[in-house]
Order: sequence, then C-alpha cells, then structure tokens
Amino acid sequence: MKVTIDNITIEVEPGTTIMQAARQIGAHVAPPAMCYYEPLKGSGGKCRACLVKVTAGSEKDPRPMPKLVPSCITQVQDGMIVENTTSPQVLEARKGVVEFLLLNHPLDCPVCDQAGECHLQDFTFEHGVSKTRTIEERNTFEPQDLGPYIQLNMNRCVLCYRCVYTADQVTEGRVHGVMHRGDHAEISTYIEKAIDNDFSGNVIDVCPVGALTDKTYRFKNRVWFTKPVDAHCDCGKCSGKVTLWYRGDEVIRVTARKNEWGEVQDFICNTCRFERKKTSDWTIEGPMKVARHSVISANKYGASSIKPAFPLKQAAEQYKQIDDNRDRSFLEPQKQLK
Amino acid sequence: MKILTQHIDVPGIETIDVYRKHGGYSAVEKAIKTMAPDEVTEEVKKSGLRGRGGAGFPVGMKWSFLAKPEGVPRYLVCNADESEPGTFKDHYLMMKSPHTLIEGMIVSSYALGANTSYIYVRGELMYVINILEKAIQEAYDKGLLGKNILGSGYDLDLFVQPGGGAYICGEETALLESLEGKRGNPRNKPPFPAVKGLYQCPTVVNNVESIAATSWIVNNGGEEYAKIGVGRSAGTKLISVSGHVRKPGVYEIPLGITVEDFIYSDEWCGGIRDGHKLKAVVAGGSSVPILPAELILKTTNGENRLMTYESLSDGGFATGTMLGSGGFIVMDETTCIVHNTLTFARFYHHESCGQCSPCREGTGWMDKVIHRIEHGKGRMEDIDLLVDVAKKIEGNTICPLGDAAAWPVAAAIRHFRDEFEWHVKHPEEATKPGAVFMREGASWTL
Repeated sequence: MKVTIDNITIEVEPGTTIMQAARQIGAHVAPPAMCYYEPLKGSGGKCRACLVKVTAGSEKDPRPMPKLVPSCITQVQDGMIVENTTSPQVLEARKGVVEFLLLNHPLDCPVCDQAGECHLQDFTFEHGVSKTRTIEERNTFEPQDLGPYIQLNMNRCVLCYRCVYTADQVTEGRVHGVMHRGDHAEISTYIEKAIDNDFSGNVIDVCPVGALTDKTYRFKNRVWFTKPVDAHCDCGKCSGKVTLWYRGDEVIRVTARKNEWGEVQDFICNTCRFERKKTSDWTIEGPMKVARHSVISANKYGASSIKPAFPLKQAAEQYKQIDDNRDRSFLEPQKQLK
Repeated sequence: MKILTQHIDVPGIETIDVYRKHGGYSAVEKAIKTMAPDEVTEEVKKSGLRGRGGAGFPVGMKWSFLAKPEGVPRYLVCNADESEPGTFKDHYLMMKSPHTLIEGMIVSSYALGANTSYIYVRGELMYVINILEKAIQEAYDKGLLGKNILGSGYDLDLFVQPGGGAYICGEETALLESLEGKRGNPRNKPPFPAVKGLYQCPTVVNNVESIAATSWIVNNGGEEYAKIGVGRSAGTKLISVSGHVRKPGVYEIPLGITVEDFIYSDEWCGGIRDGHKLKAVVAGGSSVPILPAELILKTTNGENRLMTYESLSDGGFATGTMLGSGGFIVMDETTCIVHNTLTFARFYHHESCGQCSPCREGTGWMDKVIHRIEHGKGRMEDIDLLVDVAKKIEGNTICPLGDAAAWPVAAAIRHFRDEFEWHVKHPEEATKPGAVFMREGASWTL
C-alpha cells in the first residue's frame, strides 16, 4: 500500500496506521503522541495530539475526510494522502490541544522529576504557543498514596490511560483506574490501596508526564545530570534489559529501555527496578543512545568534542521562531547602536 | 395526524389488554406471520423514517449497514437514555404507553434477525423502568416475547437495562460500553456498531421514537408514512416543548408545519405567555444552536421556517439550527442569554466523560469563563476566547459531545454578542437579579 504523508510517499503493509507509517518515514514527519503507546493494545485516540488531515481517503475514493483524524488509530488505505505539519488546520488544532492539556497542568517543571523526559514538555515546545490565555484557577486533586514505590501526582495527569492499559496487559490484576468524569476524572484506586505486584513499576515508565514517578528516585536528581547506561542481568521474572541512570558512581534509578518514541518494548519487574541498585548487580553494555537534541544529552559531551559554534549554529537554523508577540520596541535602540 | 400518541390518553393503555383492543401488536402479527425480515427493512427504507435521537440518519439505511456474518449474534439496542436538557419525549411515550415501544422492538428485532434486544433506560427514570418491566412480562405471558413467538419459530428476549445516570451514555458506543458493564466511555470509530457493537457483535442502536414508529410503518406500509411530512422529512415527530409558552408539553406533529404555527397556534404551544414576546428558541435540545426570534420564524430568504430537518438547518449554522432530538425550548424577553448559555455550558462540563482532551478541558474552561462573565468579572477578550475555544473543540473529539458543548456557546455569541458585551461593560447592572439586556429595536423589546 502506498501512502503519502507530507509529500513523502512510502510503501507500507495493509493494516498499518498513519502514525506507524509516519514513524517509518522518520521523526520529522511523525505526529506527536501523548496517549498512544504501540506496545499497549487499545491505547490511542484520546489525547487528540496526533490529529492529521486526510486530503484523499484512498486511490479508489479520493474524497477528503471531513474531520481531522487521529493518526494513531486510523489505518492507511492505498493511495491515501495525509497532511501533518504541512496543514495549517492541523497545526492550529494541535495548538489547541497543547492549550487544553496545559489548562489544568501545574507548571511545576522545576520541581518535577519528569522534567527533561516529559512528553508534554516536548509537545508544548514543538507545537504550543508561549502565551497562556487562561486566568482561571487550576483544578487540583487530593493526594493519594499508591504504596512504597509509586508516587502519584494527579494534578499533572493528562488522562492518557496508558497506566490503565499497562496494568491490564502487563501486570496480574489491575487495582487502579479512572474514577469520576470530565475534568475531575482522576487516576485512583477504588478504596485507598497500594499498587502491589511484580510489574507495577512499569506504570512509571509509560506515564508521559510526571503524574506517576519513582518514589525511590524522588527529588534525587535532574535527568540531565545523570548518565544513562544500558545494562542487563539474569532475571527470572523479566527480560532483565534495563537502563541504569548514574550520578557519579551511584546508580540512582533503573528504568526499562525506551525506543526512539519513548516506548518501552521489554517491560521489567519491580525487583530489577527498585531493588538492584548496585553496579555489581548488572552487566554493563555501554552508554544509552541519546538523541543529540535531547536535554538528557546535555553535560555528556566534553568541551573538546563539540565546538561552541556548532550548537549555536544548530540553534539558529533548527529552532523555530518563538511565537511571541510581546512588545519588542525596547530592543530597537540596541539595533541602532550596532 | 397522530401515530405514536394516537391512543396515549386511553385509560389503561399501559396494560396489554387495552393496548391490543386498540389495534396493538397487529404489526407483530403481520410482520412475523406474513413478511420476511428483509421485507420489513424494505418498508422502513421506503418510509423515509429518520433517526429521532438527534442526528436524523435514515433508519432503513442504518439497518441495511448491519453486518450479517454467519454464526454471530446480532443485537438491537434501544437508546432510551434521553438526557438532553429540554428533551423529554421518550420518557413521556414509555411512561404512558410502554407497549408502543415493545411492539416496535419486536418488529425491528425481527427485521434485523436479533434474538436478544435491550432497552437502555437512563437510571433516573426508575419508575419508567418498572412500567417497562411490567409491560414486558405481560408480553411474555401472551407469547409475544420469548421462544417461538406466535408459533413462527422466531425467538426474542427483551431486557431493560438501567443506566447509571450519565448523559454520555446516550452516545451509542458509550451506551454499548455501559451495557457491557464497563465505564461509559465512547469508542473510537471505525469500527461502527453495525460491524462491531455490543460484545463485538453487529449491533443497531436506535432511539425510542424511531423504533416505536416502525410498527405503524409495518401496519400501513412505508409509502403511507412517507406521504406525511415534507420531502426528506417524513412522518411525525414528538416535540417536547418547554419554556415561556402557554402550553408546554409533548406534542406529536406532522413534520412540515411552520414554526410560527407551532409556537402560536392553539393546537400546539398556544403562543408566548401573556404580555411577553418571543426572544429566542433552542429548537432541538440544548446541543443545537440557539436562534433569535426573527431567524427562527423566517429563514434569511424570507421563507417561513418549517418544522423539518431541512428547513431548520437552512442557512447552516450562520443563520440556521437543527431539528435535533425535538427539545423545543422557548424563551421570552425576560431570559438572559448569558445565563442560559452558562446553564448549558455547566451541564456539558459536568457530563463530559473526560476521555479526550479537547472536550475534557474545553468544556470546563468555557464553563468557567462564562461563569465569570455572568458574575460581572468578564473581560472583553473573553468573548473571542470563547469562540476560539469552541472552534478548537468542535470536530476534534472522539464523540459528538464536544460538538454539542461547543455549538450552543458559539451560537449564543454569534447571535447575542451585544448581550455578552453588555455583561462585560456593565457588570454592576448585569449582576442585579432579573436584569436583562434589551437590544434597541429588537423584535422582542417591549
């Protein structure tokens, strides 16, 4: 099947979704995803971040689709033409989605453990606007205790349902779920109850924001100060393939390995995640691959390896104009001085 | 011309004996004894009956989309989760004459080849559920339900399922989820229920009124039904009228009478209450755009607006509205449109399921902003903000609740912007009890 996304044509298998086809082309075409998580069956379609415009349904029936469609759950048809970032309508809708997601999301990134590896940060940076239009008070939730390992901060939740699917599909028996509805819907256990089973820690990895974080790592560090190293061990319960996060010589966190899209392929058990925090527990494979633009790669490259001119040039060329219409007249005298 | 409510005032019509004395269940006998299931579907197609739940999709066409794989059960589900503000027609029909619905259910299930059917009733209507349960038991006792109906070999079991009281469960896929015992979140479509519905089997979901109308169609033929009404708006429609009219209530009208006739004639609403004038009408339940008096009575071409799907939507959303579910809310000049919009916005905020972000966050945002305007803390830019938020919700959500929340707000600002501006500019005056903005020269100014 042939599908054209942002004027790039690719051949894919029948049954592929638009999102998967776009990811095959590359990161610059792939729509953002806040709720879709490929390894979890049934996820997707909720956050509306990945909405795309289909300008031709298929070769046989080239009519455009009347509404924007969620690319993560819409299957491609032969001859389908999709507009992602080339459609102003899509970009406008995404600005809206960013705004909606941030509406009740606390801007506590400076104290949030997820900062630096947060999908909402990335999504906002790429697709949002720098100004807020809301003056309303944010919705807040009562704190909930989910046991010794998992920290829930419901105020940050974007209700992607990933942790619900994870508990359904990876662990034995789910004890948490979504209670209530609308903007007061929350992730919770029905009667206050610890989430306790061997694979429960995976909900931390799948959470796109800082709603579910690792209690054993809480407030210990910033992700960009740590060094991620791939390692494995001989674990009876899981694959044992993990990423160790070092600060100096100390393992301060263990997570599952994530692919380019931030998705875990091999879910790991709680023993690996929470108990094995010594280098001697692990066979080290080597540094984790980190994308250069990621904030995690900061502090990883010595001054000798990158010339300062390079990042500056990158910044000048790659980054978009900041959407900012504040009064800039104060900049003008400096121009004249020049 | 009355089809559904012809015998509704006969004492004891809720019992099967009285109902049968007035010609009840003749459609079941006719369909099961003399017609093939496809012939019933064909009659419904010919009748031009359109879904009465709000969207107005042709019922016969919906039935013909039903997938019929071998060895897989099919289901008919009746959507009686009527919860739209302003709509109370199904409630009235089920309460007064439950057998009308049950007869329609048997005929429709027979046409679709469904052996198990459900009536999903909103949880608040517990007494209606009791009435239905009693009527179903009577039908079982008379051999109209159960195994081998009327000796034909066709089996049908009919169940009543109370909902939990959520508006979202009126959306067909959320209804199916709820019926399966899950959280009532709408599903992503496709696949549509006609292919994968209840328990992943082909399912048809129809409104109470649509299903009830099928028995008359079987009795009298689809062509007879199509003769009532105008063009593609065939048959009769139950309209539930509320607001500032002399005679609010549920009326069965032949589609095609003029709106003016409907509001002012003594046969129907009997005009606006004494000493007041018509200001605005929400023509089809809270989800449809509100229209000011001059636009609801006449289209922009100067033609009289009719009570039909086409005429009410004439002019698109710029100057038109929708027939929707037939919840006709009439407002006179004492109504504050901002307050009314706040009521609607608060409703959708409360009822959004919280699954997809535009609706979950957007409905709450609109509610809070309108609340501020209504309480004298609005800013001028809030009005444009509301329009923009509504635009960003509309069409970007999983189910139509997002649209339903966005349309009334957008329409209120489209037609009554001056009223919103007055609230922002004169907060002290606007927050006085009973204060209403009077537009100069408007037809509703006294």
